[in-house]
Amino acid sequence: MEEQLRKEARRLLTEGEVAVVIGYGWNSRKTRVTPVFITNPDDADKLVFNALCVNNLSIYLTRKYKDIKALGKPAIVAKGCDIKNIVICVSEGQVARDNVYIIGMSCTGVVYKQELWQGELTDNIMPTKCHNCEVRNPHVTDIVIGDKVDFTPPEEPTGMVFDKIREFDRKTPKERWDFWIDHFNRCIKCYACRQACSLCYCERCITDKNQPQWIETSAHERGNLAWNLIRAQHLTGRCTECGECERACPANIPLNLVNSKQALIVKESFGYKSGFDMEEHPPMIVYKPEDKDDFIK
Amino acid sequence: MSEKSQATAPGGFEPKITALVCNWCTYAGADLAGTSRMEYRPNVRIVKLPCTGRIDPLFIIKAFEKGADGVLVSGCHPGDCHYTAGNYHSRRRWVGFKGLMEFTGIDMRRLHFSWISASEAIKWVDLINNVTDEVKALGPFTDYQQINE
Repeated sequence: MEEQLRKEARRLLTEGEVAVVIGYGWNSRKTRVTPVFITNPDDADKLVFNALCVNNLSIYLTRKYKDIKALGKPAIVAKGCDIKNIVICVSEGQVARDNVYIIGMSCTGVVYKQELWQGELTDNIMPTKCHNCEVRNPHVTDIVIGDKVDFTPPEEPTGMVFDKIREFDRKTPKERWDFWIDHFNRCIKCYACRQACSLCYCERCITDKNQPQWIETSAHERGNLAWNLIRAQHLTGRCTECGECERACPANIPLNLVNSKQALIVKESFGYKSGFDMEEHPPMIVYKPEDKDDFIK
Repeated sequence: MSEKSQATAPGGFEPKITALVCNWCTYAGADLAGTSRMEYRPNVRIVKLPCTGRIDPLFIIKAFEKGADGVLVSGCHPGDCHYTAGNYHSRRRWVGFKGLMEFTGIDMRRLHFSWISASEAIKWVDLINNVTDEVKALGPFTDYQQINE
Protein backbone atom coordinates (compact mmCIF):
# COMPACT_ATOMS: atom_id res chain seq x y z
CA MET A 1 0.00 0.00 0.00
CA GLU A 2 2.79 2.39 0.96
CA GLU A 3 4.71 1.43 -2.18
CA GLN A 4 1.69 2.23 -4.30
CA LEU A 5 1.32 5.57 -2.51
CA ARG A 6 4.98 6.50 -3.02
CA LYS A 7 4.83 5.51 -6.66
CA GLU A 8 1.81 7.71 -7.23
CA ALA A 9 3.40 10.64 -5.37
CA ARG A 10 6.59 10.27 -7.40
CA ARG A 11 4.64 10.19 -10.64
CA LEU A 12 2.59 13.28 -9.71
CA LEU A 13 5.67 15.30 -8.82
CA THR A 14 7.80 14.15 -11.75
CA GLU A 15 5.10 14.82 -14.28
CA GLY A 16 4.49 18.18 -12.67
CA GLU A 17 0.82 17.49 -12.11
CA VAL A 18 1.10 18.80 -8.57
CA ALA A 19 3.67 20.96 -6.82
CA VAL A 20 3.48 19.42 -3.38
CA VAL A 21 2.25 16.18 -1.86
CA ILE A 22 0.84 16.59 1.63
CA GLY A 23 1.08 13.31 3.48
CA TYR A 24 2.26 11.49 6.56
CA GLY A 25 5.87 10.66 7.40
CA TRP A 26 7.79 9.25 10.39
CA ASN A 27 9.25 11.48 13.02
CA SER A 28 12.99 11.11 13.61
CA ARG A 29 12.56 8.29 16.14
CA LYS A 30 9.91 6.49 14.10
CA THR A 31 7.48 6.54 17.01
CA ARG A 32 4.85 8.92 15.61
CA VAL A 33 3.76 10.14 12.23
CA THR A 34 3.78 13.83 11.41
CA PRO A 35 2.62 15.79 8.38
CA VAL A 36 5.19 15.96 5.58
CA PHE A 37 5.22 18.18 2.52
CA ILE A 38 7.00 16.54 -0.39
CA THR A 39 8.08 18.80 -3.24
CA ASN A 40 10.97 16.73 -4.59
CA PRO A 41 10.10 13.37 -6.27
CA ASP A 42 13.19 11.81 -4.66
CA ASP A 43 11.65 12.39 -1.23
CA ALA A 44 8.50 10.44 -2.05
CA ASP A 45 9.85 7.48 -0.07
CA LYS A 46 9.29 9.48 3.11
CA LEU A 47 5.55 8.97 2.78
CA VAL A 48 3.99 6.39 5.05
CA PHE A 49 0.48 5.25 5.81
CA ASN A 50 -0.56 3.18 8.82
CA ALA A 51 -2.95 3.15 11.74
CA LEU A 52 -1.08 6.03 13.40
CA CYS A 53 -2.18 8.42 10.66
CA VAL A 54 -4.98 9.97 12.66
CA ASN A 55 -4.26 13.63 11.80
CA ASN A 56 -6.69 15.31 9.46
CA LEU A 57 -4.41 16.92 6.90
CA SER A 58 -7.21 18.75 5.10
CA ILE A 59 -6.43 21.77 7.28
CA TYR A 60 -3.39 22.46 5.09
CA LEU A 61 -5.71 23.19 2.17
CA THR A 62 -7.38 26.11 3.93
CA ARG A 63 -6.35 29.73 3.90
CA LYS A 64 -4.86 29.32 7.35
CA TYR A 65 -1.74 28.02 5.62
CA LYS A 66 -0.92 30.59 2.99
CA ASP A 67 2.69 29.39 2.68
CA ILE A 68 1.50 25.96 1.64
CA LYS A 69 -1.02 27.43 -0.77
CA ALA A 70 1.82 29.44 -2.30
CA LEU A 71 3.68 26.25 -3.24
CA GLY A 72 1.17 25.47 -5.96
CA LYS A 73 -1.38 22.77 -6.57
CA PRO A 74 -1.32 20.20 -3.77
CA ALA A 75 -2.00 16.49 -3.73
CA ILE A 76 -3.26 15.31 -0.37
CA VAL A 77 -3.12 11.90 1.25
CA ALA A 78 -6.55 11.58 2.78
CA LYS A 79 -8.61 8.97 4.56
CA GLY A 80 -12.34 8.93 3.93
CA CYS A 81 -12.98 11.01 7.04
CA ASP A 82 -10.48 13.65 5.91
CA ILE A 83 -12.14 13.75 2.50
CA LYS A 84 -15.39 14.71 4.22
CA ASN A 85 -13.70 17.91 5.39
CA ILE A 86 -12.34 18.56 1.91
CA VAL A 87 -15.87 18.13 0.53
CA ILE A 88 -17.17 20.79 2.94
CA CYS A 89 -14.31 23.12 2.01
CA VAL A 90 -15.18 22.65 -1.67
CA SER A 91 -18.91 23.18 -1.12
CA GLU A 92 -18.15 26.37 0.82
CA GLY A 93 -15.90 27.68 -1.93
CA GLN A 94 -12.66 27.46 0.03
CA VAL A 95 -10.94 25.07 -2.36
CA ALA A 96 -11.74 24.42 -6.00
CA ARG A 97 -12.11 20.72 -6.67
CA ASP A 98 -9.79 21.01 -9.69
CA ASN A 99 -7.14 22.62 -7.54
CA VAL A 100 -6.52 19.65 -5.33
CA TYR A 101 -5.54 16.09 -6.18
CA ILE A 102 -7.04 13.73 -3.63
CA ILE A 103 -5.13 10.52 -2.97
CA GLY A 104 -7.80 8.51 -1.18
CA MET A 105 -6.57 5.85 1.22
CA SER A 106 -8.54 2.71 2.00
CA CYS A 107 -8.54 2.64 5.75
CA THR A 108 -9.20 0.02 8.39
CA GLY A 109 -9.23 2.46 11.26
CA VAL A 110 -6.73 4.60 13.13
CA VAL A 111 -5.78 5.09 16.76
CA TYR A 112 -7.48 7.85 18.71
CA LYS A 113 -4.21 9.16 20.06
CA GLN A 114 -0.84 8.15 18.73
CA GLU A 115 0.54 7.57 22.22
CA LEU A 116 -2.00 4.75 22.72
CA TRP A 117 -0.31 2.70 20.00
CA GLN A 118 1.08 -0.62 21.24
CA GLY A 119 1.82 -2.15 17.85
CA GLU A 120 -1.69 -3.44 17.23
CA LEU A 121 -4.94 -1.75 16.26
CA THR A 122 -7.70 -2.88 18.61
CA ASP A 123 -11.27 -1.64 18.93
CA ASN A 124 -10.70 0.09 22.24
CA ILE A 125 -8.02 2.45 20.93
CA MET A 126 -10.03 3.47 17.87
CA PRO A 127 -11.98 6.74 17.99
CA THR A 128 -15.78 6.65 17.77
CA LYS A 129 -15.69 7.82 14.16
CA CYS A 130 -13.90 4.63 13.09
CA HIS A 131 -16.55 2.41 14.69
CA ASN A 132 -19.24 4.14 12.63
CA CYS A 133 -17.20 4.83 9.51
CA GLU A 134 -19.08 4.84 6.21
CA VAL A 135 -16.08 5.92 4.19
CA ARG A 136 -13.41 3.33 4.80
CA ASN A 137 -13.40 3.17 1.03
CA PRO A 138 -12.90 6.87 0.25
CA HIS A 139 -15.82 8.47 -1.56
CA VAL A 140 -14.40 11.49 -3.44
CA THR A 141 -10.99 10.83 -4.91
CA ASP A 142 -8.71 11.16 -7.90
CA ILE A 143 -7.09 7.83 -7.12
CA VAL A 144 -7.70 5.18 -4.47
CA ILE A 145 -4.72 3.50 -2.85
CA GLY A 146 -5.14 0.12 -1.18
CA ASP A 147 -7.58 -2.73 -1.40
CA LYS A 148 -11.29 -2.42 -0.94
CA VAL A 149 -12.24 -2.62 2.74
CA ASP A 150 -15.29 -4.64 3.65
CA PHE A 151 -16.99 -2.88 6.54
CA THR A 152 -20.59 -1.97 7.18
CA PRO A 153 -21.18 0.59 9.91
CA PRO A 154 -23.82 -0.29 12.53
CA GLU A 155 -27.26 1.16 11.92
CA GLU A 156 -27.41 2.83 15.32
CA PRO A 157 -24.20 4.80 15.88
CA THR A 158 -22.09 3.10 18.53
CA GLY A 159 -19.14 4.09 20.63
CA MET A 160 -18.44 6.10 23.73
CA VAL A 161 -19.64 9.43 22.35
CA PHE A 162 -23.06 8.15 21.38
CA ASP A 163 -23.51 6.20 24.62
CA LYS A 164 -22.74 9.41 26.42
CA ILE A 165 -25.28 11.37 24.33
CA ARG A 166 -27.99 8.81 25.14
CA GLU A 167 -27.06 9.01 28.80
CA PHE A 168 -27.16 12.80 28.56
CA ASP A 169 -30.64 12.87 27.09
CA ARG A 170 -31.91 11.23 30.28
CA LYS A 171 -30.26 13.79 32.56
CA THR A 172 -31.95 16.86 34.01
CA PRO A 173 -30.93 20.31 32.72
CA LYS A 174 -29.19 21.00 36.03
CA GLU A 175 -27.04 17.86 35.73
CA ARG A 176 -26.09 18.74 32.17
CA TRP A 177 -25.28 22.28 33.16
CA ASP A 178 -23.02 21.14 35.99
CA PHE A 179 -21.29 18.67 33.67
CA TRP A 180 -20.48 21.28 31.07
CA ILE A 181 -19.53 24.04 33.45
CA ASP A 182 -17.18 21.60 35.12
CA HIS A 183 -15.56 20.83 31.76
CA PHE A 184 -15.57 24.35 30.32
CA ASN A 185 -14.04 25.56 33.57
CA ARG A 186 -10.83 23.90 32.52
CA CYS A 187 -10.71 25.68 29.17
CA ILE A 188 -7.59 27.83 28.97
CA LYS A 189 -8.67 29.64 25.80
CA CYS A 190 -5.72 28.39 23.81
CA TYR A 191 -8.02 27.99 20.76
CA ALA A 192 -6.30 24.74 19.80
CA CYS A 193 -9.76 23.41 18.92
CA ARG A 194 -10.13 26.18 16.37
CA GLN A 195 -6.59 25.89 15.01
CA ALA A 196 -6.87 22.14 14.50
CA CYS A 197 -10.17 22.42 12.64
CA SER A 198 -10.16 22.64 8.87
CA LEU A 199 -13.63 24.16 8.89
CA CYS A 200 -12.73 27.02 11.26
CA TYR A 201 -11.05 28.95 8.49
CA CYS A 202 -12.29 32.54 9.11
CA GLU A 203 -9.58 35.14 8.57
CA ARG A 204 -10.71 36.76 11.77
CA CYS A 205 -12.49 34.61 14.25
CA ILE A 206 -15.39 36.17 16.15
CA THR A 207 -13.45 35.70 19.37
CA ASP A 208 -10.55 37.78 18.02
CA LYS A 209 -12.80 40.73 17.29
CA ASN A 210 -12.79 43.22 20.11
CA GLN A 211 -14.93 46.08 18.89
CA PRO A 212 -17.38 45.06 20.16
CA GLN A 213 -16.02 42.15 22.10
CA TRP A 214 -18.72 39.50 22.08
CA ILE A 215 -16.70 36.77 23.71
CA GLU A 216 -14.53 37.48 26.69
CA THR A 217 -11.01 36.36 25.97
CA SER A 218 -9.78 35.72 29.50
CA ALA A 219 -9.99 32.12 30.66
CA HIS A 220 -12.98 32.94 32.83
CA GLU A 221 -16.02 30.70 33.07
CA ARG A 222 -18.27 33.28 31.49
CA GLY A 223 -16.18 33.64 28.36
CA ASN A 224 -15.36 29.94 28.31
CA LEU A 225 -19.01 29.04 28.07
CA ALA A 226 -19.68 31.64 25.37
CA TRP A 227 -16.67 30.52 23.34
CA ASN A 228 -17.45 26.83 23.50
CA LEU A 229 -21.11 27.36 22.66
CA ILE A 230 -20.35 29.59 19.71
CA ARG A 231 -17.63 27.31 18.41
CA ALA A 232 -20.15 24.46 18.38
CA GLN A 233 -22.84 26.66 16.86
CA HIS A 234 -20.58 27.83 14.03
CA LEU A 235 -19.84 24.20 13.20
CA THR A 236 -23.46 23.08 13.32
CA GLY A 237 -24.36 21.40 10.06
CA ARG A 238 -20.73 21.49 8.92
CA CYS A 239 -18.75 19.46 11.43
CA THR A 240 -17.80 16.04 10.11
CA GLU A 241 -16.93 14.71 13.57
CA CYS A 242 -13.31 14.09 12.65
CA GLY A 243 -12.41 14.69 16.28
CA GLU A 244 -9.36 16.88 15.73
CA CYS A 245 -10.63 19.56 18.14
CA GLU A 246 -10.99 17.09 20.95
CA ARG A 247 -7.63 15.51 20.19
CA ALA A 248 -5.98 18.93 20.21
CA CYS A 249 -7.63 20.09 23.45
CA PRO A 250 -5.02 20.24 26.23
CA ALA A 251 -7.78 20.35 28.85
CA ASN A 252 -9.53 17.20 27.58
CA ILE A 253 -12.89 18.87 27.09
CA PRO A 254 -15.21 16.36 25.38
CA LEU A 255 -15.87 18.56 22.35
CA ASN A 256 -16.85 15.63 20.18
CA LEU A 257 -19.81 15.06 22.45
CA VAL A 258 -21.34 18.40 21.61
CA ASN A 259 -20.28 18.20 17.94
CA SER A 260 -21.89 14.80 17.52
CA LYS A 261 -25.04 15.98 19.25
CA GLN A 262 -25.29 18.89 16.82
CA ALA A 263 -24.72 16.54 13.89
CA LEU A 264 -27.56 14.33 15.16
CA ILE A 265 -29.88 17.34 15.44
CA VAL A 266 -29.05 18.44 11.91
CA LYS A 267 -29.58 14.94 10.57
CA GLU A 268 -32.93 14.64 12.30
CA SER A 269 -34.16 18.09 11.38
CA PHE A 270 -32.87 18.56 7.86
CA GLY A 271 -31.84 15.06 6.80
CA TYR A 272 -28.34 16.31 6.13
CA LYS A 273 -25.08 14.48 6.69
CA SER A 274 -22.03 16.64 6.23
CA GLY A 275 -19.15 15.75 3.98
CA PHE A 276 -20.72 13.55 1.33
CA ASP A 277 -22.00 15.76 -1.47
CA MET A 278 -20.08 18.81 -2.60
CA GLU A 279 -22.97 20.07 -4.72
CA GLU A 280 -25.22 20.28 -1.68
CA HIS A 281 -25.15 23.43 0.43
CA PRO A 282 -24.61 23.05 4.18
CA PRO A 283 -28.02 23.26 5.92
CA MET A 284 -27.43 26.54 7.73
CA ILE A 285 -27.06 28.62 4.58
CA VAL A 286 -30.20 27.39 2.85
CA TYR A 287 -33.78 26.90 4.00
CA LYS A 288 -37.05 25.29 3.11
CA PRO A 289 -40.37 27.01 3.78
CA GLU A 290 -41.64 23.79 5.35
CA ASP A 291 -38.83 23.51 7.92
CA LYS A 292 -40.05 22.42 11.32
CA ASP A 293 -41.02 25.18 13.71
CA ASP A 294 -42.97 23.36 16.40
CA PHE A 295 -40.82 25.02 19.05
CA ILE A 296 -41.75 28.52 17.88
CA LYS A 297 -44.90 29.85 19.47
CA MET B 1 -56.12 44.59 39.49
CA SER B 2 -55.06 41.81 41.81
CA GLU B 3 -52.91 40.38 39.01
CA LYS B 4 -51.14 43.66 38.54
CA SER B 5 -50.38 44.11 42.21
CA GLN B 6 -48.91 40.60 42.29
CA ALA B 7 -46.61 41.34 39.40
CA THR B 8 -45.21 44.42 41.07
CA ALA B 9 -45.34 43.21 44.64
CA PRO B 10 -42.63 44.99 46.63
CA GLY B 11 -39.69 42.79 47.64
CA GLY B 12 -40.69 39.90 45.37
CA PHE B 13 -38.45 38.60 42.63
CA GLU B 14 -38.90 40.48 39.37
CA PRO B 15 -37.32 38.66 36.45
CA LYS B 16 -35.45 40.48 33.72
CA ILE B 17 -36.65 39.39 30.30
CA THR B 18 -34.76 40.40 27.18
CA ALA B 19 -36.80 40.41 24.00
CA LEU B 20 -34.85 40.41 20.75
CA VAL B 21 -37.40 41.46 18.17
CA CYS B 22 -37.50 42.34 14.51
CA ASN B 23 -38.26 45.87 13.43
CA TRP B 24 -41.02 45.06 10.99
CA CYS B 25 -43.38 42.70 12.75
CA THR B 26 -42.88 42.06 16.44
CA TYR B 27 -41.69 45.55 17.27
CA ALA B 28 -44.63 46.98 15.39
CA GLY B 29 -46.86 44.52 17.25
CA ALA B 30 -45.47 45.72 20.57
CA ASP B 31 -45.94 49.28 19.36
CA LEU B 32 -49.57 48.55 18.58
CA ALA B 33 -49.99 47.13 22.08
CA GLY B 34 -48.62 50.42 23.39
CA THR B 35 -50.73 52.72 21.26
CA SER B 36 -53.78 50.59 22.08
CA ARG B 37 -52.95 51.17 25.76
CA MET B 38 -52.78 47.50 26.56
CA GLU B 39 -51.07 46.71 29.78
CA TYR B 40 -48.47 44.00 30.20
CA ARG B 41 -45.68 43.03 32.58
CA PRO B 42 -43.00 45.70 32.79
CA ASN B 43 -40.22 43.10 33.10
CA VAL B 44 -39.41 42.99 29.44
CA ARG B 45 -36.53 44.91 27.84
CA ILE B 46 -37.00 45.15 24.11
CA VAL B 47 -34.04 45.20 21.75
CA LYS B 48 -35.07 46.14 18.24
CA LEU B 49 -33.13 44.62 15.36
CA PRO B 50 -33.67 44.98 11.63
CA CYS B 51 -34.63 41.34 11.12
CA THR B 52 -34.59 38.00 12.91
CA GLY B 53 -31.90 37.06 10.44
CA ARG B 54 -29.75 39.67 12.19
CA ILE B 55 -30.09 37.91 15.54
CA ASP B 56 -26.82 36.16 16.14
CA PRO B 57 -26.93 33.38 18.75
CA LEU B 58 -24.28 35.42 20.53
CA PHE B 59 -26.94 38.02 21.34
CA ILE B 60 -28.83 35.41 23.33
CA ILE B 61 -25.68 34.31 25.15
CA LYS B 62 -24.81 37.93 25.86
CA ALA B 63 -28.26 38.61 27.26
CA PHE B 64 -27.87 35.74 29.72
CA GLU B 65 -24.34 36.87 30.51
CA LYS B 66 -25.61 40.34 31.34
CA GLY B 67 -28.09 38.94 33.81
CA ALA B 68 -31.26 38.20 31.89
CA ASP B 69 -33.42 35.57 33.55
CA GLY B 70 -35.22 34.81 30.33
CA VAL B 71 -34.82 35.61 26.65
CA LEU B 72 -37.50 35.92 24.02
CA VAL B 73 -36.71 35.97 20.34
CA SER B 74 -39.47 37.03 18.01
CA GLY B 75 -39.99 38.03 14.41
CA CYS B 76 -42.27 37.89 11.40
CA HIS B 77 -44.32 34.82 10.56
CA PRO B 78 -42.78 32.59 7.88
CA GLY B 79 -43.47 34.15 4.51
CA ASP B 80 -43.87 37.67 5.93
CA CYS B 81 -40.21 38.67 6.20
CA HIS B 82 -39.50 42.21 5.05
CA TYR B 83 -36.27 40.90 3.56
CA THR B 84 -37.98 37.86 2.02
CA ALA B 85 -36.10 35.09 3.79
CA GLY B 86 -34.43 36.36 6.98
CA ASN B 87 -36.77 34.50 9.26
CA TYR B 88 -36.41 31.25 7.31
CA HIS B 89 -32.66 31.38 7.77
CA SER B 90 -32.91 32.27 11.44
CA ARG B 91 -35.39 29.45 12.00
CA ARG B 92 -32.78 26.96 10.81
CA ARG B 93 -30.18 28.57 13.01
CA TRP B 94 -32.49 28.36 16.02
CA VAL B 95 -33.10 24.65 15.48
CA GLY B 96 -29.37 24.12 15.95
CA PHE B 97 -28.96 26.67 18.69
CA LYS B 98 -31.96 25.52 20.70
CA GLY B 99 -30.62 21.97 20.62
CA LEU B 100 -27.24 23.24 21.74
CA MET B 101 -28.70 25.23 24.62
CA GLU B 102 -30.78 22.24 25.72
CA PHE B 103 -27.74 20.00 25.55
CA THR B 104 -25.77 22.47 27.65
CA GLY B 105 -28.47 22.36 30.28
CA ILE B 106 -30.22 25.69 29.89
CA ASP B 107 -33.86 25.33 30.89
CA MET B 108 -35.95 25.87 27.77
CA ARG B 109 -38.53 27.71 29.84
CA ARG B 110 -36.02 30.55 29.89
CA LEU B 111 -35.56 30.78 26.14
CA HIS B 112 -38.59 31.36 23.94
CA PHE B 113 -39.07 31.77 20.23
CA SER B 114 -42.17 33.18 18.61
CA TRP B 115 -43.68 34.68 15.50
CA ILE B 116 -45.68 37.86 16.14
CA SER B 117 -46.98 40.04 13.34
CA ALA B 118 -47.59 43.80 13.43
CA SER B 119 -51.28 43.26 14.12
CA GLU B 120 -50.88 40.69 16.89
CA ALA B 121 -50.69 43.06 19.85
CA ILE B 122 -52.85 40.72 21.91
CA LYS B 123 -50.54 37.78 21.20
CA TRP B 124 -47.58 39.92 22.26
CA VAL B 125 -49.23 40.93 25.52
CA ASP B 126 -50.20 37.33 26.32
CA LEU B 127 -46.76 36.05 25.45
CA ILE B 128 -44.93 38.58 27.60
CA ASN B 129 -47.25 37.90 30.51
CA ASN B 130 -46.84 34.13 30.15
CA VAL B 131 -43.06 34.24 29.74
CA THR B 132 -42.69 36.61 32.68
CA ASP B 133 -44.84 34.43 34.93
CA GLU B 134 -43.02 31.29 33.87
CA VAL B 135 -39.58 32.75 34.50
CA LYS B 136 -40.79 34.28 37.73
CA ALA B 137 -41.86 30.84 38.91
CA LEU B 138 -38.43 29.47 38.00
CA GLY B 139 -36.68 32.17 39.99
CA PRO B 140 -33.51 34.01 39.08
CA PHE B 141 -31.09 32.32 36.67
CA THR B 142 -28.56 31.75 39.41
CA ASP B 143 -26.69 29.08 37.46
CA TYR B 144 -25.62 31.58 34.87
CA GLN B 145 -25.20 34.44 37.27
CA GLN B 146 -22.83 32.35 39.38
CA ILE B 147 -20.39 31.87 36.54
CA ASN B 148 -20.34 35.62 36.03
CA GLU B 149 -18.64 36.17 39.34
